[in-house]
Amino acid sequence: MERTLWQEFTKGMGSEIPIFRVVLGLCPTLAVTTSLVNGLGMGFAATFVLVCSNIIVSMIRNIVPSKIRIPIYIVVIATFVSITEMVMAAYTPDLYKALGIFVPLIVVNCIILGRAEAFAGKNGVIRSTLDGVGMGIGFTIVLCVVATIREMLGDGKLWGYPIMGQAYDPMLLMILPAGGFFVLGLLMGALKMKDLRAEAKKRESIIAR
Amino acid sequence: MDLKVLFLIIIYSILIQNFILSRFLGLCPFFGCSQKLSSAVGMGLAVIFVMVLASAITWIMYTYLLDPTTSLLKYAMASGVAPDLTFLRTIAFILVIAALVQFIEMFLQKNVPTLYRALGIYLPLITTNCAVLGVAVLNIDGFSAIGLNGKLTFLQSNIQGFAGGVGFLLMLVLMSGLRERLELHTIPESLKGLPIAFIMGGLMAIAFMGFSGLSI
Repeated sequence: MERTLWQEFTKGMGSEIPIFRVVLGLCPTLAVTTSLVNGLGMGFAATFVLVCSNIIVSMIRNIVPSKIRIPIYIVVIATFVSITEMVMAAYTPDLYKALGIFVPLIVVNCIILGRAEAFAGKNGVIRSTLDGVGMGIGFTIVLCVVATIREMLGDGKLWGYPIMGQAYDPMLLMILPAGGFFVLGLLMGALKMKDLRAEAKKRESIIAR
Repeated sequence: MDLKVLFLIIIYSILIQNFILSRFLGLCPFFGCSQKLSSAVGMGLAVIFVMVLASAITWIMYTYLLDPTTSLLKYAMASGVAPDLTFLRTIAFILVIAALVQFIEMFLQKNVPTLYRALGIYLPLITTNCAVLGVAVLNIDGFSAIGLNGKLTFLQSNIQGFAGGVGFLLMLVLMSGLRERLELHTIPESLKGLPIAFIMGGLMAIAFMGFSGLSI
């Protein structure tokens, strides 16, 4: 069944949302989500690389020999990561320093290589662009959700502003590595619970009929 | 050679700033390859092997090709001044690692077939393991936690690659042991599989936080 262009765009935010549905690209999700600023910055950087590499890969898909396609995709991705790295170092030095080693590590973010291999290498430019934008937004949403929870609980702040009130005693654990694991694990569990409920309801309605 | 620094690198990389639990590098194989003890050991050994080799080769390449102060390219230039190629770091490193993994795979297949059969299926996955590229970049960026700002020496880089790999293996083995036990227990349906593995990872991270109080 052929997807419409709109479905191609929205699947990255719904049925195939990164991290939750397709468990790839975990390292940046846990490492940089100690504050919303970092999460959003990482999301934008990854989206830029994802969209650009999807466009290029879908353009060259017919001339790339299939045996060496993976190294070629990696070079394309690495080029855009280097561009991102230089732009961030020049214009947002604070963010660049905060994200640290995870900016060059966008190269090995499995979401990006995964989309190049599974989608852009088989589809046209327009579809691949939409897929890249959708997936990038999905990834950014996940990063922001995790970052919001961790920053609010762990620091009592959001976007650097205190919002939890004077009486709130920050839970330091949440911005330590362990907190990242807990938040992501519980979010995944909550999503799975929703799925299981929906499934049970579907089954009931079929039986009732 | 300062032995104390080498010792510190080993202790930090394995226990205090473990690659998985405190630096968040290599999480995909940590959750993907830890269902069974045997696959965890295979993956861990393959990662140690590649991390040491990758540390050595990327260090040599960065020092003698990319870094203008020590580059050998100055002998090839008419002006006698080496070009600053450090901006190529990411591209160069990932290419070297991809080629290295491919090469190791071919070499093992031909010369050490038993080892190839044991590690074979894990090797291609290692190219996209962030711990390998991560250690290559960290060797250049320095180890600020123990006061090494700036590039590590060749020996320090290799030690960091080895110790990082050992830390990775340790975590993978611990995690797979926990997950094998977990299958015998009843847990909420919605937490089965990955969610509970994440929560266990969090508990392990808390346990390993205890090492950060270590004063050496």
